[in-house]
Amino acid sequence: MASAASGGHRLNGAIFLSGILNYYLQSCFALYLHTDPHMLWEVEIHPGSGEKDLDGAHVQHEVQLRGLESIRSVRAARSYLIEGELSDADLQKATRLLGDPVAEKTQVRKLPDNSTATNGTRLLNVLFKPGVTDNVGMTARDALKGIGLPAERVSICRKYWINADAQAEHVDRLSGRILSNDAIERVVEGPLTLTTLSIDSDYNFELRTVPIREMDDNALARLSKEGQLYLSLVEMQTIQRYFQELERDPTDIELETVAQTWSEHCSHKTLAGRIAYRDENGERRFENMLKETVFAATQTIRKSLGDGDWCVSVFKDNAGIVTFSETEDVCIKVETHNHPSALEPYGGANTGLGGVIRDPMGTGLGARPVCNTDVFCFAPPDTPYDAIPPGVLHPNTVMHGVVSGVRDYGNRMGIPTVNGAVYFDKRYLGNPLVYCGNVAMIPRGKSEKQVLNGDYIVAVGGRTGRDGIHGATFSSAELTHESEELSGGAVQIGNPITEKMILDVILEARDRGLYHAITDCGAGGFSSAVGEMGEESGAEVWLEKAPLKYAGLSYTEIWISEAQERMVLAVPPATWEEFRSLCESEGVEATVIGEFTDTHRLVLKYDGQQVGDLAMSFLHDGRPPVVREATWQPPQQTELNGADLGRMNFGETLKRILSSLNVCSKESIIRQYDHEVQAGSVIKPLVGIANDGPSDAAVVRPDLTSERGLVISCGMNPNYGDLDPYWMAACAIDEAVRNCVAVGADPRKIAILDNFCWGNTERPETLGSLVRAALGCHDVAIAFGTPFVSGKDSLNNEFTWSPDGESSETISIPPSLLITALGQVERVESCVTMDLKQPGNALLLVGETKQELGGSHFNLVHGLTGGAVPQVDLKGAPRVFSCLAEIIRRGLVRSCHDLSEGGLAVAVAEMAFAGGFGAEIDLEPVESVDDLTDIIELFSESNTRFLIEVSPRDIETIREVFVQGAAREPIPLGTVSQEQRLRIRRDGDRELIDESIADLKSAWQRPLAEF
Amino acid sequence: MPTPRVCVLRAPGTNCDRETAFAFEKAGGAAERLHLFRLMENPDSLRDFEILCLPGGFSYGDDIGAGVVFASQFRTRLAAAIAEFLQRDTLVLGICNGFQVLLKAGLLPGGADSFRVASDAEPDATLTWNSSGRYTDQWVTLRNCSSSNVFLKDVNLLECPIAHAEGRIVVRDESVLSEWEKQGQIALRYTTASGELSPKKLIPPPANPNGSIWNIAGLGDPTGRVLGLMPHPERYLFATQHPQWTRKQLSGDGAGLKIFENAIGYFE
Repeated sequence: MASAASGGHRLNGAIFLSGILNYYLQSCFALYLHTDPHMLWEVEIHPGSGEKDLDGAHVQHEVQLRGLESIRSVRAARSYLIEGELSDADLQKATRLLGDPVAEKTQVRKLPDNSTATNGTRLLNVLFKPGVTDNVGMTARDALKGIGLPAERVSICRKYWINADAQAEHVDRLSGRILSNDAIERVVEGPLTLTTLSIDSDYNFELRTVPIREMDDNALARLSKEGQLYLSLVEMQTIQRYFQELERDPTDIELETVAQTWSEHCSHKTLAGRIAYRDENGERRFENMLKETVFAATQTIRKSLGDGDWCVSVFKDNAGIVTFSETEDVCIKVETHNHPSALEPYGGANTGLGGVIRDPMGTGLGARPVCNTDVFCFAPPDTPYDAIPPGVLHPNTVMHGVVSGVRDYGNRMGIPTVNGAVYFDKRYLGNPLVYCGNVAMIPRGKSEKQVLNGDYIVAVGGRTGRDGIHGATFSSAELTHESEELSGGAVQIGNPITEKMILDVILEARDRGLYHAITDCGAGGFSSAVGEMGEESGAEVWLEKAPLKYAGLSYTEIWISEAQERMVLAVPPATWEEFRSLCESEGVEATVIGEFTDTHRLVLKYDGQQVGDLAMSFLHDGRPPVVREATWQPPQQTELNGADLGRMNFGETLKRILSSLNVCSKESIIRQYDHEVQAGSVIKPLVGIANDGPSDAAVVRPDLTSERGLVISCGMNPNYGDLDPYWMAACAIDEAVRNCVAVGADPRKIAILDNFCWGNTERPETLGSLVRAALGCHDVAIAFGTPFVSGKDSLNNEFTWSPDGESSETISIPPSLLITALGQVERVESCVTMDLKQPGNALLLVGETKQELGGSHFNLVHGLTGGAVPQVDLKGAPRVFSCLAEIIRRGLVRSCHDLSEGGLAVAVAEMAFAGGFGAEIDLEPVESVDDLTDIIELFSESNTRFLIEVSPRDIETIREVFVQGAAREPIPLGTVSQEQRLRIRRDGDRELIDESIADLKSAWQRPLAEF
Repeated sequence: MPTPRVCVLRAPGTNCDRETAFAFEKAGGAAERLHLFRLMENPDSLRDFEILCLPGGFSYGDDIGAGVVFASQFRTRLAAAIAEFLQRDTLVLGICNGFQVLLKAGLLPGGADSFRVASDAEPDATLTWNSSGRYTDQWVTLRNCSSSNVFLKDVNLLECPIAHAEGRIVVRDESVLSEWEKQGQIALRYTTASGELSPKKLIPPPANPNGSIWNIAGLGDPTGRVLGLMPHPERYLFATQHPQWTRKQLSGDGAGLKIFENAIGYFE
């Protein structure tokens, strides 16, 4: 297998000085203290003769898209900067290792390069900013050392030669927008004149205290903002009081620890807080909103399941756990990584997936990841380049970066990415959403962990650097056009190979029983990992012990760094030696950085000196309760209006919906993900006669010796949220569950997850719409018997900018609730796919069609407003799911597809072109039952509906199953035909749609084919 | 003959080792997932095995080129042990990243002969970026073009998935291709779904997914005891792994299992 982002764009993390440090001790810092002479070489690598310059061509394409016409030629190469006492013979060996002798040409030079010859071109070098983790450079250094060469440091560089007469303004845009991301990279023009790669600096310990006791409210607010603590005034006052009572000022590290622990990201203080909610039904007061809605649904379901309760661990660990087989349970977690992905899409998405994979690894005593799911929301890729606000990346750039970031992490970890979706709405322009999820297996009985007094606090994996400082607090902040500058350091860098190595040793250590507890080092770094693990006991940390990427970090930076690929374990002294030696044997670094105590205090030391001492109770329970106002007012329901509905060409409408960005094929993205590694693949994301039809859900076999399968699917539709978030939530759950059931999952055992991404919930109406959605979650989960097992929220997804330099405009994302479903199937061989299989088979419509076009894709493509939002029949829907599952289990269904965006017309079109057969449909039987119009029958997005293909001889048996299950009988609509056309009629002769399936498929495939 | 012992050698970043070991076990072998560091500490332990398999993944992140660092360990610290292993009546299989390692270490295309001289000689061939410039996961149809390769006995057409970004064979001098063909070293070629024979003319994607010259998907050594291939036969051990098993109503074992059965069967 092979590497990296196409076009060679490999983006990494960033150096950043902690805000507090910036604020108080900027002057203490100096990079580049070393000025002694070093030997520095550059090994430059070009495509060989006959080989295409892929990176150069990619850049040229981007140049054209942006209309930078004065840049006429772009040639690309990459180089390694190598520092060390290398002889000529050494350099020859290095060159042979680093370049491909068949496909590439190499060239070596000594740096600094003081040559001035330009050859009629301008040279732009793209280098990482100092301190940004350079994985390729590190691998190269180790590999060179491995063959006996004295390479001390290695960095990589991308090089571009453009025509010398390109306009300065175009070159600036090329450098800043196409070649590099300012958050992590810098562009240097001309031959490189560097003399060293060293970034070590001296650090002289000095304890810093913050005189918070004396501050007035203004000073507190300023400290919160400029120190990047992002705490409210009330919270700052609470901290002030705590230290006033202690009669001392806090140290910087204590303040940072409280801010991390109380951050929105770590504590979910808004949704798990007090809320006074008001809607058309009156007022309701929540003490803990999430607990009383989402969690409460799970409690109710578990109670009603009694002895049959299949939840193992919910809402308490890093991931939710449910039972799977006699030997294993299954964990699932879905996270978001929105703010980092907005600033640096590759790194943000890359570490988003890396982070969520560490969640199951740090759940219970550690789980083995088996698949990933990823859902993205972007602004349309055809947004004009000149319509992009300052500080915002073009959606095309965001999309490429995000997809590459997820691809490179999942593929390299060897975890298949099997499910996903991409939604487009112009309101995601400043705030793209990146949801990453992971499913993992854990042996039964390994779901609980307990830290014991005296256990070592052990850091495993990557080293600590300045990357990602303030990620946790930053996620509480609203983005502005200055965010790029202010918080670039919140962008981190991923190294999936390090994480894979950690995974290998952890699973072995778990099975040998070498540790008592484990958690991942995510947002907040050691601060939140140790703080959480030691919450019930106490902990003492020796910060100077943490292995560093480079010298010069202060004790506070070490504590709050969000450097990636780190886990924290509680290892008893008795097994420490065995644990250490296991890690060493696979090249994984493990270090004791402290011990767990029974003092109920968090004590932080640096070189023996105490730098922090906080009561765990203050940290975890000291946050002041805030009552937030939330209101929801139902919008005026309006009739469908806006176009001449009487003279509509339905075939054209169908093609427009198939070509809409949300519905169209995502094959160009899906194929970049390895969806088959681990050999568990049963139902792939693309199915059908040409392996390119859209599957409803993925099925994976996590244990190759068992017939049992996991089913992973999702549901989301922000369009409905504008009408009624309650029903949007209901629709999302219905969609996730019906996707799961459509491939064969047992509806009695589907776990679901919620991920709320919302705008600024300080506004009562924004928070009100979220509460409204949570109420929907509660009611539907109970009705369906689908417990929530985990969830996460991301608030403040708003972007503020000034279009004219004076006024200020805020773009808020639409309410975006992602529901992920994890189902199970007893025998994978009973699963079905959505592609039509056999001419002559009958097509039946399962479920009830209603007048529900509000928020529909029919409205979207015609620019219409109004209509009713789809609702869910809470009594009827579970019966439909149960009957459908029964006929699938009995092998009576040849293909099955759920009806979602675009309704029946889109579903039947997709089934037809995926299967390579036509279909003859007559809507008359629907009308005879429900008396609806053509438009409603074709395009309504009513929930809990499926189209199934069955053998004509089974229709009667199927009918009986539905009758016995007290569900509405499926309606026969027509047949699968040999002819390659989709024909939809009414009353036998009135033609509504008559299109070739090739045309429909092409309409569906075209929009993102070239992505 | 006792059960053949298989060394599934994993390096940092290898990620197909579990299912590859499972494939050999399913075929009747005794597979051990051995870490490269263990082998480097004790190269003699290779004597305990009859089959050496390098599974897929991203060894060392493929950071400086696919398989390059792993291959460099073969040529340096493991050179003697590998040379000795090849002298015995043993088999070597490299899948995807493993194929990249075998080729870059010089263990292919010539087997023991080319491995001996690899550090001095300029290589004849490499595996580099797909012509699309991107990583791709899709199913392909392969045709067995070698009558001598042990792993491909009784295989004619074989479907399995590819999942790589650097799977395009490029040669320094095209004359080497006829040489390979003569020796039965062109083991597997990409072909159309119907198995259409087009040995030398480049078949367009998706049938030839990476633009590999002469549609080459896998190479063997002249003895037929070494095979390297980009596609993943270990991802087709069960019918339900086939992308169209629900259409074709397939059940039971998958055709990829045959490669592993042939390897185990060689020692019976």
